[in-house]
Amino acid sequence: MNPDAQNPSKTSADAASDSVSKPAAGAEDQVAVVSRADPPQHDPERPLALRSVREQVEVPRRTARKILVLGATSGIAEACIRQWAQRGDALYLVARNPDRLAAVTADARTRGASSVGSAVADLDDTTTHPELLAHAINWLGGLDVALLAVGVLGEQSQAERSFSAAHQILHTNFLAPVSLLTWLANYAAPRHAGTLAVLSSVAGERGRRSNYVYGSSKAGLTAFVDGLRNRIDREGVRVMTIKPGPVKTAMTEAMKGREKFADVEAVATTLVKTIDMGKDVVYVPGIWRIIMAVIRAIPERVFKKLNL
Amino acid sequence: MLYPVGMPTPVELDFNPPQPAESSRKEGDRPPFESWGRYPAYSAELKHLHWQGDYPRAIDGVHHGALAVGMGRSYGDVCLLKDGTLLQTTTMDRLLDFDPATGLLTAETGITLAQILDFAVPRGYFLPVTPGTKYVTLGGAIANDIHGKNHHRAGTFGCQVTQFELVRSDGRRMLCSPTSNPDYYAATIAGMGLTGVIPWAQIRLKPIVSRMINYQGIQFHGIDEFLDLSSQAGHIEYTVSWVDVTATGKNFCRGVFMQGDHSQAPSPLKPSPKPKLVFPMELPGFALNRLSVGAFNTLFFHKQMKKRVSALQDYEPFFYPLDAVLKWNRMYGRRGLLQFQYAIPWEHAKEGTVAILHEVAKSGLASFLAVLKAFGDVPSPGMMSFPKPGITLALDFPIKPEKSFALFDRLAEMTREFGGRLYPAKDARMTSAQFQAFYPQWERFARFKDPALTSSFWERVIGGRLGVGGSGR
Repeated sequence: MNPDAQNPSKTSADAASDSVSKPAAGAEDQVAVVSRADPPQHDPERPLALRSVREQVEVPRRTARKILVLGATSGIAEACIRQWAQRGDALYLVARNPDRLAAVTADARTRGASSVGSAVADLDDTTTHPELLAHAINWLGGLDVALLAVGVLGEQSQAERSFSAAHQILHTNFLAPVSLLTWLANYAAPRHAGTLAVLSSVAGERGRRSNYVYGSSKAGLTAFVDGLRNRIDREGVRVMTIKPGPVKTAMTEAMKGREKFADVEAVATTLVKTIDMGKDVVYVPGIWRIIMAVIRAIPERVFKKLNL
Repeated sequence: MLYPVGMPTPVELDFNPPQPAESSRKEGDRPPFESWGRYPAYSAELKHLHWQGDYPRAIDGVHHGALAVGMGRSYGDVCLLKDGTLLQTTTMDRLLDFDPATGLLTAETGITLAQILDFAVPRGYFLPVTPGTKYVTLGGAIANDIHGKNHHRAGTFGCQVTQFELVRSDGRRMLCSPTSNPDYYAATIAGMGLTGVIPWAQIRLKPIVSRMINYQGIQFHGIDEFLDLSSQAGHIEYTVSWVDVTATGKNFCRGVFMQGDHSQAPSPLKPSPKPKLVFPMELPGFALNRLSVGAFNTLFFHKQMKKRVSALQDYEPFFYPLDAVLKWNRMYGRRGLLQFQYAIPWEHAKEGTVAILHEVAKSGLASFLAVLKAFGDVPSPGMMSFPKPGITLALDFPIKPEKSFALFDRLAEMTREFGGRLYPAKDARMTSAQFQAFYPQWERFARFKDPALTSSFWERVIGGRLGVGGSGR
């Protein structure tokens, strides 16, 4: 069954509409900040001292990385975008809601991203993926990092009762990323470069009564990403499985005990660093590596009596 | 087709309405929302506005009123709504535009002044007006029309706001500026969040070349010396005074007059480090008493050995000495603190201040932080703005219900007799009659109030949940 046929409201194939008219011109090895720095001539209306100070700050320290973010309005992705923008990377942002995407794009541009492109697209519609990705990579003039942050928490109680609700969660969290990753992997592998960073979840490590539908979608995604890494890491492409614990974002707003969740800014700091390093599997915050080891070690005959 | 009992039919499944996520949250889960004074603390349903488009959809099905709240750094109950719905804006904190040539910054209003400084200082810009803490949101700064040490030169924060968007509960969106919807612009600045939700605003930053402040501290004895120093400092950007309210007799109204200007010597504009200290626990209620505060005040007064000291100081300790310790309000214990701030116009400023300081000294209650400043005459665009030309004094007291409430009520009454007024953002006690005397324009303001929005403060001083206000919009 074609899952897209169920949902006639999906965005059509031409959804990848640019909100930025001008692509980064011939962007190979373009230097950060070039496009937005003040012209060096003296502006008679401002004191000279002020200008020299500002120039000190905007001296580019490194080459801008070309970063594609899929699901750019998700809380964790947005926090990473802020840090990438601040250091002057080139960004291409994809999300479904045009108003929200416009706000995130404006924020990235204001913080100092060397260039920001964006496209409104519903990534559930897998038929649009090839064209969208081709467009994004052309716009960036290459691809150093792709961050996949598409996903929904869903409503477990509904998914228990109705297959169509469960199907929606599995489609968004598993099938759509599989489509995106297949195309991205086959772009990156022959070029022997790039990092594919995928947001999975600690929830995928063990099926629990409270959210096994979401958990199974993330379990599938984790297995797929792990396998993909084993296939193309030897080609020189870094593939990262990111497993966040609960984080204070819009997605977890209604969950209990939210006060204790991890701070999204700290999570993003870790991710930006580990994506630069090209790690294989990252738990954020790191404590979740230990927590999940304990949870995995509980025998099923005990676990099935728990209310986790 | 017959379906076994208990198995839902496909039709039922298709029409399964999605359940609102909030439903999984029970009433009992709500911790009370505290303002910075920790008094009063009311429980309310807390929702978050993450995006500019989240309002007014976020109040669908809300029947007991709503109020947007930022960092909750006002002291009393202007940011509270008992048993209502608080819409916290702190994750709606994006930067939308910045022009490095003019310093015009557009941002979503959940952004804090600390975040704005982190962005602006390395680019050679500074807040045009800043209060004594940087942990307030842009929206809160507008809604309370906050003021700072440069009020005598720059006016209030509202004077620096070039435009903003206002969203009403009926979904109407308005661009407000001195020329576009000027009446809503005036009502929303100092409008205590009651005229609508402000998704974004534009402010004018001011250029700096250094983080440093040329600081001078000058000891003074008595109100006359303070007034002399104030009038001599008209050309200096920042002035504020600390005053020892525990001192009596010949030391009465002694204090330190602090003034400063941005250094004009260029130096690296690094961002500030994050604060590392957190006040570790609540002190018991008796910790701040007349003896301990009196000793502190004597030390503080004599900390500078000479009558006049000069220093080059980073802007952080100059503007935000208390921000270095997070959660410092725990110092006041579980019962919290009450702030009291008046502005008395020049006509009675001197006699009013002397009388109120005498009253405080007589009461035996110790105010730890007492801040005295001369307000300037730059008018605020805000209809309900607090500052007016004259003297302002801010005091804070640990709450001791039997004593401090009685003192407060006396001080509020004295303020009224001297033609002054109190600051809603720092108030938890003023009566309805007092508020209406302080702000006789309140009836005009109430016409711009959004019928779906209210606050515990508004209900206290005007009364009736959603009872007054709203032009039927």
